[in-house]
Amino acid sequence: MVTKFRTTIAALAASTILATSAFAGELVINTDTSDPAPKAAFEQLIADFEAANPDITVKWNLFDHEGYKTSIRNFLTADAPDLANWYAGNRMLPYVNAGLFEDVSDVWEENGLNESLASAAGSMTIDGKKWGVPYTYYQWGVYYRKDIFEANGIEVPTNWDEFKAAGATLTEAGVTPITIGTKYLWTAGGVFDYLNLRTNGYDFHMALTKGEVEWTDPRVVDTMNNWKELIDAGFFLENHSSYSWQEALAPMVADDAAMYIMGNFAVAPLREAGLTDDQLGFFQFPVINPDVPLAEEAPTDTLHIPANASNKEDARKFLAFLATADVQTKINETLGQLPIHKDATVGDDKFLQAGYAMLSSTDGGIAQFFDRDAPAEMAKVGMEGFQEFMVKPDRLDAILARLEKTRQRVYK
Amino acid sequence: MSASRASRFNQRSLAPVLFLAPAVLFFLFYVIFPIFQSIQISLYDWDGLGPKTYVGVDNYVELMDDEAFYTSLKNNVIWLVLYMLAIPAGLFIALFLNQTVFGMRLYKSLFFFPFVISQVVVGLVFTWFYDPSYGLLNVILGWFGMGPIAILGDETWVTYGIIFAGLWPQTAYCMILYITGLNAVDPEQIEAGRLDNAKGWKMLWYIILPQLKPATFIALVVTVIGALRSFDLVSIMTAGGPWGSSRVLAYYMYEKAFSEYGFRMGYGAAIAVVLFLIMMIYITFFLVKMYRDEKGL
Repeated sequence: MVTKFRTTIAALAASTILATSAFAGELVINTDTSDPAPKAAFEQLIADFEAANPDITVKWNLFDHEGYKTSIRNFLTADAPDLANWYAGNRMLPYVNAGLFEDVSDVWEENGLNESLASAAGSMTIDGKKWGVPYTYYQWGVYYRKDIFEANGIEVPTNWDEFKAAGATLTEAGVTPITIGTKYLWTAGGVFDYLNLRTNGYDFHMALTKGEVEWTDPRVVDTMNNWKELIDAGFFLENHSSYSWQEALAPMVADDAAMYIMGNFAVAPLREAGLTDDQLGFFQFPVINPDVPLAEEAPTDTLHIPANASNKEDARKFLAFLATADVQTKINETLGQLPIHKDATVGDDKFLQAGYAMLSSTDGGIAQFFDRDAPAEMAKVGMEGFQEFMVKPDRLDAILARLEKTRQRVYK
Repeated sequence: MSASRASRFNQRSLAPVLFLAPAVLFFLFYVIFPIFQSIQISLYDWDGLGPKTYVGVDNYVELMDDEAFYTSLKNNVIWLVLYMLAIPAGLFIALFLNQTVFGMRLYKSLFFFPFVISQVVVGLVFTWFYDPSYGLLNVILGWFGMGPIAILGDETWVTYGIIFAGLWPQTAYCMILYITGLNAVDPEQIEAGRLDNAKGWKMLWYIILPQLKPATFIALVVTVIGALRSFDLVSIMTAGGPWGSSRVLAYYMYEKAFSEYGFRMGYGAAIAVVLFLIMMIYITFFLVKMYRDEKGL
């Protein structure tokens, strides 16, 4: 049955995707880096690799970002490339469990990556083995309109009371404190993660996403009650369930909203929309419970060798190349993100510098993201619950009961 | 002598088989076989990659206790009922367009236009139309001092909002069926009706509609099918949201089986089987009716 399915997929892949048959000296790479900056970064990376290894030609298949999430399943089984990009943490677990990713612990050993990429080693390890090489990550936090804050005499909030007071001042001035678009759910996951990390800490976040804690636990309720305070105070953009994250940028550009809890990739579109660095700022999500060490979210992007790859030797060379300080410096300068390598230089951009300063002093731990740390099905039901909670906070008990039911089924 | 009889035998009995073979094979492989395959997969727990585990009817048991499944089922029923509005609406536009005025062909093609454009485009157009801050709908509501309503962000309105968008092309489809049907209406019967003093609603109900019965039947068939496979609009306009309240069975099956957070092939197949059973009721009705009509019962 399985083989029959695979042949069908193979036929499908051959006709609809791209023929990825490789011959000696050819290295096939599949990536989902279809946005302008990531695309340019990979173009450059591949050109540099070919210059350093003249005997290897790289064949690069570029996929649409969204479509990649489903096509990776097909090409890993049927027509595997030699390298494919993906994400760290629990997100790669299904492929590791299905034996579709190659164990690359040897690459880590031989090139001293355990030391140079130490910060991401934990999120690349499953069963004591390394399954890929991380090349970039980016911080999450609060992006805010500096000029609006100044006009209303608001200082950057560092704790929960200041944060709520800042919101109250903004609401009074007719500005929505936080813009958000929850149509595609994950943005609500980011808000939940930060509230939860600040209320209960990193270990609790990991235990919760690993399914070790009940969703009806009083600590989860604490997080949700903190969230409810913000919702009741009118912190979030109205009708957010109708907008995507990009659409929710508009109120911030139009001076109607002052903050956005987001990843660093929001900076580029905000700048393109005309906001200058004097208008736009970044701050770390404020402290809620002072006893909890500050933990941050910084999703890591990674490159893997599929178990069915045909040119694993050159693929290992590519991974080693990608793991060097210079290459990581260069690629992240184009990406506008942070390198993992400890000796790499961070780009000369104030948001990158702020993110780097924040993440390198983080002692609480670095989380990936709700939908990367939790298994896919739990993530989906969870984020749907968060979206519902943001509109109908009174349904808290019913929502948590539903999440708990899902937890009991997903992690059994 | 015997050779020619053999070739005539071949022509008589072999040719139909040969001509039918491609269609039969395609039908078997792409329609009949997958039905049984789905039923089989629905008895397994399978992520599409790893080994399959036989779980018996566990997927169905879980389905019976799944809130999202009932939301989808309820929405499917709403779709089926409200989508029927396309039939009378199409009929009235067809009657309205059934005149001889200069440029009527142009008007007819303009009315038919929404059916020609892709459902994806229809979905996008209506998403913008409903947009709570810049959408035309809320601008218009604003003139009357109402709104703004985030149709697609509100669990009570969202399904109706999507159905309304779907009615736009579906009405055009029914309209074209009726326009064709109206061409075949017998003028003598209308004349006879006039002599018996029938006009207006009575003329429509007793003289015109009975003659449009074949068109109505086809319109019913395509509308029911359109309502049950309402996938593209849901996917484009809301992706099943907010919090899953605009899901229909077809979309829920896709979410569970193929979407980013899904890959539960067995569970998805179980949903597909339920959807198939619902369609079966309707298909049976359809087949019985066809059979009766052909027999002249």
